[in-house]
Amino acid sequence: MRRTRLVSVWGALGALAVAQAALAVDPTEMPTPELEQRYLALTHELRCMQCQNESLADSPVELAADLRQEVRDMLLAGKSDAQVRAFMVARYGDFILFRPRFTARTAWLWLAPGVLLLIGALVLVRVIRQRAALLPQDDEDPRP
Amino acid sequence: MNRFLLPVAVFVPLVVILAIGIYRAPEKEIIASPLIGKPAPDFSLPDLADPVHRVNAGDLRGRWYLFNVWGTWCGGCRAEHETLLEIQRARVLPLVGLDWKDDDAQARAWLTQLGNPYAVVAVDHAGRTAIDYGVYGAPESFLINPQGIVVYKVVGELTHDVWTREILPRVPRQPFPGS
Repeated sequence: MRRTRLVSVWGALGALAVAQAALAVDPTEMPTPELEQRYLALTHELRCMQCQNESLADSPVELAADLRQEVRDMLLAGKSDAQVRAFMVARYGDFILFRPRFTARTAWLWLAPGVLLLIGALVLVRVIRQRAALLPQDDEDPRP
Repeated sequence: MNRFLLPVAVFVPLVVILAIGIYRAPEKEIIASPLIGKPAPDFSLPDLADPVHRVNAGDLRGRWYLFNVWGTWCGGCRAEHETLLEIQRARVLPLVGLDWKDDDAQARAWLTQLGNPYAVVAVDHAGRTAIDYGVYGAPESFLINPQGIVVYKVVGELTHDVWTREILPRVPRQPFPGS
């Protein structure tokens, strides 16, 4: 009895998941697999400006739908991915890109992790050398 | 002494950088428009008062105006309406409206009911012009100079404070058309 109830709960959840996939926010299909691929990649890397932590592809708001339409039209008109990105950045700024471009303003953002890693490595090397320098002294000079 | 010099030398700049980040947090919530300092995007859209007639961005050149994006579905627009009427009464510059993804009849009823602060309202059903202006949430207002350059942008409700502190000081006194 209990078991059948559990099964039906799981069944309902499964049906819900299927229904949700069918009702995805963006049911668009592009005419060729290549365009479809580019469309999906672009809409996933562009931010929905209204909900800010969602991509255009994931957002159900109307503005995201309008911007997806814009991406779709530009791709169908033969525009390149770079042209689509430039179009969005000209209107909404760098913030619309989930992966910020490398510019003078964002340089530190990209370089800081590497620089910090390098500093850490240098400190580590120094500490190891210092310790290594201490050890032989102890060996050479055991108690005066 | 020497042992602490390096950690402090690293820690202090870090504190300074993070402190700047925290103090600037409120202004970072508003996303700076890349449009500031650039020409206001062109458009040619139907006039809300008379849809046969068109409103062209080019026709607005030659004087300062405030370009206000609104819609009857937008709560913040209702909230700022009093300020818009105040701006109209101040006769410093005309308000040009962009009715964004709205129903024409409802928009006209809204203006009849609450008062119409706009010199002219362009209708953007498809939302294409709003995208060109980088609009992401109404209300938004753009201060545009006689050369058609976007000088300042307000995201969200236009309050009396924003009007007197941010917009008025940027507009030189000019004879208001029709006054």
